[in-house]
Amino acid sequence: MAKGIWVFAEQSEGSVRKVAFEILSQARKMADTMGEELCAVILGDGVESLADQFAPYGADKVYVVESAALKDYTTGGYTKALVDLAKQHEPSILLGGATVTGKDLFPRVAARLDSGLAVDCTDIKLGEGNQFVATRPLYAGKAYADLGFSDATPQIATIRPNVLIPSEPDASRTAEIIKVAAEVAPEDIKVKVVEVKKMASETVDLTEAEAIVAGGRGMKGPENFKLLEDMAALLNATVGASRAAVDAGWKDQADQVGQTGKVVSPNLYVAAGISGAIQHFAGMGTSKVIVAINKDPEAVIFSKCDYGICDDLFKVVPKLTEEIKKLKQD
Amino acid sequence: MNIVVCMKQVPDTEAQIRVKPDGSGIVESDIKFVMNPYDEFGVEEALLIKEKLGGTVTIVCLGPDRAIDAIRTGLAMGADKAVHLLDPAFDGGDAISTAKALAAAIKGMECDLIFCGKQAIDDDGAMVGSALAEMLDIPQVSIVTKVEVADDGKSAKVNRQIIGGEEILDVPLPAVLNAQKGLNEPRYASLPGIMKAKKKEVKPMTAADLGLDAGVVGSAGAKTKILKMTAPPQREAAKMIEGETAEEKAPKLAKLLREEAKVI
Repeated sequence: MAKGIWVFAEQSEGSVRKVAFEILSQARKMADTMGEELCAVILGDGVESLADQFAPYGADKVYVVESAALKDYTTGGYTKALVDLAKQHEPSILLGGATVTGKDLFPRVAARLDSGLAVDCTDIKLGEGNQFVATRPLYAGKAYADLGFSDATPQIATIRPNVLIPSEPDASRTAEIIKVAAEVAPEDIKVKVVEVKKMASETVDLTEAEAIVAGGRGMKGPENFKLLEDMAALLNATVGASRAAVDAGWKDQADQVGQTGKVVSPNLYVAAGISGAIQHFAGMGTSKVIVAINKDPEAVIFSKCDYGICDDLFKVVPKLTEEIKKLKQD
Repeated sequence: MNIVVCMKQVPDTEAQIRVKPDGSGIVESDIKFVMNPYDEFGVEEALLIKEKLGGTVTIVCLGPDRAIDAIRTGLAMGADKAVHLLDPAFDGGDAISTAKALAAAIKGMECDLIFCGKQAIDDDGAMVGSALAEMLDIPQVSIVTKVEVADDGKSAKVNRQIIGGEEILDVPLPAVLNAQKGLNEPRYASLPGIMKAKKKEVKPMTAADLGLDAGVVGSAGAKTKILKMTAPPQREAAKMIEGETAEEKAPKLAKLLREEAKVI
């Protein structure tokens, strides 16, 4: 019988994405209730040094699955390695982050295991009879659904970054570390990476950012985004844009927040010159604190934010940046 | 080159979504349904490739009767024909059981390339394309922003959005490519296109036609089920920062963000 909760801990270039710790923290509570063990699974090449990070967040075991073929993420390589391990040990629940990689990997894994998958969840819990229940937004957050699973195992869910709250790491906890040599053949990786182009920017991706400063039509032109960048630099935030700003060609499509852009969930979302169309709200509605700056008192965003300033953003934003700087220096 | 585009009909992005009082689903009666916006990029890209290399573009759509409108839109844009997976047995499926039906339909066709939207904007799953590729045992690329099919039609150079940049991939065909915004600018259906679309073949197919047991598709074959739907949590009314000038309001906001919201 299937047993144990697994958390796929995604690493990239030698660091673990923090969503893994968020999921482990929540899954620990579930594992305690179910009386099952909690395992972290890390895939890569030469990643054993990362394995001791998971015990403090509740992992009982850490599978370190390595192969030269897993050095960079490929759909085929990762699917093969993760599915092989899951077939061998038969976990009851398999979890991972709803990151770019997680969104690519898990549908394939679920299809190969013929298992149920709930993606981009905002909560995971045990319901009636300790059945696994995953909560996720539908219709870009205009509705939410609790999903239950069939008996097929593992029951799989990906969780949106920045939503679950990581527990305080307990340094006294230890975990058994199990090394696994993955059998990934070249023919398992059908798609070849020819080139990776990284943007020069070193900022965190919008989907993982803890703070976002976004601009819309009210920014009036691409040159004015400098104002938002200045504030973002102080807040360690990433700059985003509404669809209107992207369609005007002021910002790249990769910077778009909304139903047809990225879905984000930062602790702080500052919307400058954004009216707050339903499609934009769909992309940032789960942000913890929303600040709106808009000179139109009728802007819809004021009915959906936590703090609002109705004034000229070209006056408010520089002044706010200055004030934040002062507070940060205190 | 024979290209399949998988399509779903979804509520328009402007639609107000209302959850039924019993939480079993949403109220559909006053919703305007359209072709999933990401599928439009798939249709357009398929048409561009066909214009260059020749061949056919076939739409495969699983959905109720009303989905015919989205199918006709695709045909009016220029797709050649369509298969409509239309059977009450398909209703209530999840990504896995839906992908099974699509896979069965596509297995019976000559197909060199498949486009899906990167996600449907109703359930936002972004699962079906990849699950379909797995069931057809071919590769997939998610979040595709550029496609260059080799002249021999055997492979494609594909750009994929990743965190902080993009990857350029060499993909053997057939493969499933999940279209992202930015891939192209979808054309509007022309009036002659709309007239022609009325005469194009739309073949309805049931689970039995696909040789599938009704137990593996739709809600019967689904591995996840909606237990309950709810409206999103409402935010309390915003705290509007009062003051005569921007210079006066900004420091008040900064103070609240630090002391009350504790986010800076």
